[in-house]
Amino acid sequence: MSLLHLAILSPFLLAIAVPILYKHIRSVHTGWFVLGLPVILFTYFFRFLSATQNGETVAESFAWIPSLNVSFDVYVDGLGLLFALLITGIGSLVVLYSIFYLQKEKERLGSFYTFLLLFMGAMLGVVLSDNLIVLYTFWEFTSLSSFLLIGYWHHRERSRYGAQKSMLITVLGGLAMLGGFVLLYIMGGTFSIRELIGQADSLFEHPLFTPALLLVLLGAFTKSAQFPFHIWLPDAMEAPTPVSAYLHSATMVKAGIYLVARMSPIFAESGVWLWLIASFGIATLFWGSFSAVKQTDLKGILAFSTVSQLGLIMSLLGVGAAALHYESIGENVYMVATVAAVFHLINHATFKGTLFMVVGIIDHETGTRDIRKLGGLMAFMPITFTIAVIGAFSMAGLPPFNGFLSKEMFFTGMVNVLNMDIFNLDAWGILFPVLAWIGSIFTFVYSMIVVFKVFGGKHQPDKLERTPHEAPLGMLISPVILASLVIIFGIFPNLLSGTLIEPAVASIIPSLLDGEFHVHIGFWHGFTPELFMTIGVIAIGILLYLTVPRWKKVYYALPEAWSLNRLYDKTIELAERASIWVTRLFMTGFIRSYLVYIFLFFIISLGFTLYWQDAFKLDTDNTAPIRMYELILAIIIAIGSVAILFVKSRLTSIILLGAVGYTVSLFYVLFRAPDLALTQLIIETISVALFLLCFYHLPKINLKEERMTFKLNNALISLGVGVIIALIALSAHSNKLFDSIASFYLENSYKEAGGKNVVNVILVDFRGLDTMFEITVLGIAAIGIYSLIKLRMTRGREADENK
Amino acid sequence: MKTNDLILQTVTKVCAFVIILFSISIFLGGHYSPGGGFVGGLMTSCAIVLLLLAYDLKTVAALLPIDYKIMIACGLLISASTVAGSWLFHAPLMTHAYSYFNLPILGKTSLHTAVLFDLGVYLVVIGVTMTIIQTIGESE
Repeated sequence: MSLLHLAILSPFLLAIAVPILYKHIRSVHTGWFVLGLPVILFTYFFRFLSATQNGETVAESFAWIPSLNVSFDVYVDGLGLLFALLITGIGSLVVLYSIFYLQKEKERLGSFYTFLLLFMGAMLGVVLSDNLIVLYTFWEFTSLSSFLLIGYWHHRERSRYGAQKSMLITVLGGLAMLGGFVLLYIMGGTFSIRELIGQADSLFEHPLFTPALLLVLLGAFTKSAQFPFHIWLPDAMEAPTPVSAYLHSATMVKAGIYLVARMSPIFAESGVWLWLIASFGIATLFWGSFSAVKQTDLKGILAFSTVSQLGLIMSLLGVGAAALHYESIGENVYMVATVAAVFHLINHATFKGTLFMVVGIIDHETGTRDIRKLGGLMAFMPITFTIAVIGAFSMAGLPPFNGFLSKEMFFTGMVNVLNMDIFNLDAWGILFPVLAWIGSIFTFVYSMIVVFKVFGGKHQPDKLERTPHEAPLGMLISPVILASLVIIFGIFPNLLSGTLIEPAVASIIPSLLDGEFHVHIGFWHGFTPELFMTIGVIAIGILLYLTVPRWKKVYYALPEAWSLNRLYDKTIELAERASIWVTRLFMTGFIRSYLVYIFLFFIISLGFTLYWQDAFKLDTDNTAPIRMYELILAIIIAIGSVAILFVKSRLTSIILLGAVGYTVSLFYVLFRAPDLALTQLIIETISVALFLLCFYHLPKINLKEERMTFKLNNALISLGVGVIIALIALSAHSNKLFDSIASFYLENSYKEAGGKNVVNVILVDFRGLDTMFEITVLGIAAIGIYSLIKLRMTRGREADENK
Repeated sequence: MKTNDLILQTVTKVCAFVIILFSISIFLGGHYSPGGGFVGGLMTSCAIVLLLLAYDLKTVAALLPIDYKIMIACGLLISASTVAGSWLFHAPLMTHAYSYFNLPILGKTSLHTAVLFDLGVYLVVIGVTMTIIQTIGESE
């Protein structure tokens, strides 16, 4: 355990304390207790910058499950550090913002900050783990905390829907990814990412390479909301706005991008990798920005905008992989795509974070996020307006903001595709710059909508719930900081190039960086195609923005029934119906039917195995002589069991059953097993008492089922069970594959465990873990019975869920 | 349907406590003679069931104001912490420590951490049995 491990685990530790703090210190907003941690972590990770800048990495190891090759290895390199700084940096700002966004009187702050901290720790774990299994564990943890945060206002139906949708899609992808990891382990024999990268060449030859690649990509695409899996992200906007800013824009949805970047050194040689990532990315960029214009909810616009920007970064990573196929490293023009991806990742976090916080302010101060109701807010909230302009113009790719620079580099990357002659790119490559350009036009349009539909136009006070006014100072701090970063990174982009971008790019394509490699980001590149593309975007964008009402019809060209959301809903509905159907098929509600299933399965599986393995053997060599007492007891048991069948009253049959049980315990006495005898006696006593208690609840005996077939069936089944048990018991006695373990226990129970009663020593010491889990199961069963009986009268409460 | 249970009630008054004492004895002695937490717990529940049969749920609840569900949790906690406790001494899970001590009155006695684990089992068994019996008995 090192300090680095502790840094990753510290959010989890604080998460334990948060509910206690919330419960006992109600006068202070719980957020203040949380705020310190991300700030400290940010400073802590900031110190690593000097190391990664020089190309060094920091690795710490902690053996977790050594027998399964799973060790909690953490590893800080350029890429991981970039994400760690984003997570803690944006995290600090979001926590600060949330303190003013969520009122301490109304909200369940304890749960909110617990979930948020869970997420923060899990995300740090994802980006800093070297072991794939550890990475996967943290990955699913992020899905889980995202689920909890989306469903934070769980009384809303939409929140629950969105939470379930995101959970189903991302966890499904996560499971696929786990499959990919396992395939990687089969190929490389290790879960360590660094070791796998070391064997990248031999992995490429392996037949499982492509399946592993596809599965890993499925995980990345679902997490990063790539088309067609993007449908969960807009519904995730039901979460409180600070959460949307943090999870669903700046960090969690970028986990997929992180994964692609992290796995690039392993997979990027492959043409499938390049094609899939680049084409899915560009399709997502286009579809996301196209759909964003349609939205009327501000958060909906930002959600689709996030989808499209994620697609942009994804496509850059895909195109960047092409650099591996060209030799000239020093002047490798294709590197620009990867550089742009990293740069835009940072920029997107800043401007999208700003915009989400602005939307949160608008929602908070006016009570609505619907752009049809908003307008003219410029006069009421000038500071918010300024921040919004900075964020939106950066998103649209206008100078002098950072979005302009990365957008230009994005165009460069896409135009470069035209010069590529690998993997059929010369035939289809033209689509990339074209789609990129069209997507950027729509990006421009919705950026303008965000600013001018809300802050420009006419003020409509009658449609608003409250009179708008400027947000409180506390809520403005975080967006102002982010907006200043937008400007600072826009004017001095080379602040980032040496410190963050170069080390991160070095982790994504390490093989190319043996020689000198420097990133320099400049404003002016001369009259290049990119410049004209930008000018075109602005010109056509303005034209389209002004004429939105005229061409909005195109959005309704595709019938609603064909949308991906409908497909998802139908699938869920179908799955639910199918499972209900399957369940109804055999769940009759009668325990006797279930017993029939259990016993039938028992007879068939055991009988078949016995027959198939030819295991039945009768060996009377090693048997003790049958004494008089045993014969008498056996006869009593037989008489008792047969008599139960003919008894008319249930009370009598319970007593007979008890008698049979007590007689069995006498057997234990005869065979000198006092512990068993004791236990059997008491168990019998208690079960008779239980039977008597249940007496009232049982249906009347022998009233309903008098039919002959029913009786015959039961007779056959009971006969079958009896015969099988007898056969197995006899065979078990006759087949001795191993020596009995009894002598080991007899020898060691006093020597090793200091006890003379072997039975008890086995229970509490040798096989103590078994006992531990058995009592756990017992406890669960008891709580289950308690809730089944106590809660069944509270039906009809479903309506309360939506209160 | 309550009839005159005078004999049962009088006998129970004496018997129940004898059974409980005996159950504690076999629970503690489990490592050397027949018994242990499981049987001990069952026997204690037997005594309580006897009380339930002789009197009724309310009287017994007044006599023993215990929430058996919490008892399950306590038992699980005790057992689990005994299991995990060996970590603190850098020993594998479930490693028990034991030794002989000279205690006043009792004389030379063997003390064993397995008893702590067994105490958890004892409590869970009582808790489970009584939770089930009480819940079913209460729902009329």
